Amino acid sequence: MKVLTLNFLTCAVKTCKSSANSFPLHPKDAELVSDDVELNPQLLVNLLPRIDWNALRITSTELGFPQLPEQPPTAEELQSDEKMLKDLHTLLMETQINEGKLVCGNCGHEYAVREGIANFLLPSHLV
Amino acid sequence: MAASSTTPSALPSTSAADAVARLTAKADEEAGAGAASVTAEAEAEAYERTHVHGVYEAIAPHFSATRYKPWPAVASFLRAQPRGAIGLDVGCGNGKYLGVNPDVFMVGSDRSPSLIALARSRCKQLQFQQGLAAGAGTGGDVGGAAVGTDVLVADGLSLPFRERAADFVICVAVIHHMSTRARRQDAIRQLLRCVQPGEAGRNGGRVLVYVWALEQATSRRGWDKGGEQDLLVPWVLKSQQKQRREQKGIRDHGAVGDTPGSKSGDRPPSPAATSAEPGAGPSQTDPVFQRYYHLYREGELEEDVLAAGGVVVSSGYEKDNWWVVAANGPVHP
Repeated sequence: MKVLTLNFLTCAVKTCKSSANSFPLHPKDAELVSDDVELNPQLLVNLLPRIDWNALRITSTELGFPQLPEQPPTAEELQSDEKMLKDLHTLLMETQINEGKLVCGNCGHEYAVREGIANFLLPSHLV
Repeated sequence: MAASSTTPSALPSTSAADAVARLTAKADEEAGAGAASVTAEAEAEAYERTHVHGVYEAIAPHFSATRYKPWPAVASFLRAQPRGAIGLDVGCGNGKYLGVNPDVFMVGSDRSPSLIALARSRCKQLQFQQGLAAGAGTGGDVGGAAVGTDVLVADGLSLPFRERAADFVICVAVIHHMSTRARRQDAIRQLLRCVQPGEAGRNGGRVLVYVWALEQATSRRGWDKGGEQDLLVPWVLKSQQKQRREQKGIRDHGAVGDTPGSKSGDRPPSPAATSAEPGAGPSQTDPVFQRYYHLYREGELEEDVLAAGGVVVSSGYEKDNWWVVAANGPVHP
């Protein structure tokens, strides 16, 4: 599971959806791997407005990456800053959680990640 | 909704597995889920566990091997999305639509862990191939070869996507597997929740839904207007040797997987379909799995979108399927 994907995910439990604590999910015992992915600068620049920057800052810190700036870069800033492009590309597109868990900050439910695939199927009492 | 909703007890049943499913549901009920609606929901879940989820787990590799070509109309919907858009493919199966447009980021989800494992291998392969293509390109301009895809296991009625996360959603040949109208409408409601809503002066995200049609005038199955809408459709699981021969036969004859015409939401191999191909017919030893389908009649999909609180942007019929493009909130020309 890519770090970018994690930015679009919340708890699958219906009653958690309305709670701010359910997003982002928190990685636990995460084993990270990195895939080589071709850098697509325009894709990244266009993705930027879709990213919840606060959530990404939390995830980045929790995974042990250097702290991201408080404010997201503007499209112009990102386009002209090769290092920032590369760093974001590495974090969002190349870094993957291969094994571990994703924990909801509201209900505490833990979703397993195995061989890079997160499983959000709920036990029947949580459906 | 109530008038045409089906309860699992009214659904087609062929096997002892249903009895097990009902017993499970009954046990759930006795465990404290007292209200009738809760019981009905548990029964519907148990029914789908037997006649949808269990079947796809069992037939995943065979099913995937017959699903490698995107339907043209879905592919063109995907290619029309702008660079940098975020897309979801709910019920992505083996992930054949992920990577159709390399300039968008797409996350595929499916209820079947086996199909998602296949989808992940497929994405990794695609990433590798596009990496090679990028390396062979000149001047680094390879038309945006970064492959942005990811997959996860999730139930369509308990999706983990945050609200408004996506610019577009596709859901192809999935909703017809839900066994009550309330569940089908709820599934559409969940898809709508994932896209950006429209506002005054600005269009929101789009949701493309395909379902199998009741009206299949040219269908060899003889389904048409006025017929039974809730059916069990057999999937014959071929032995591997025969499967290979059959795929070869399909390719040689040019009628591939899901292309309109031969396609269908999912036209499984059946005696009628495969008897022309030598060695491809079912034998007594081939296990048969029964998948549940709700065949949509004309207009029903649009009704379900409205009931789910959505707006119908466009809709139509294509080769045995009804489709709709829906939005969440106002639509501007």
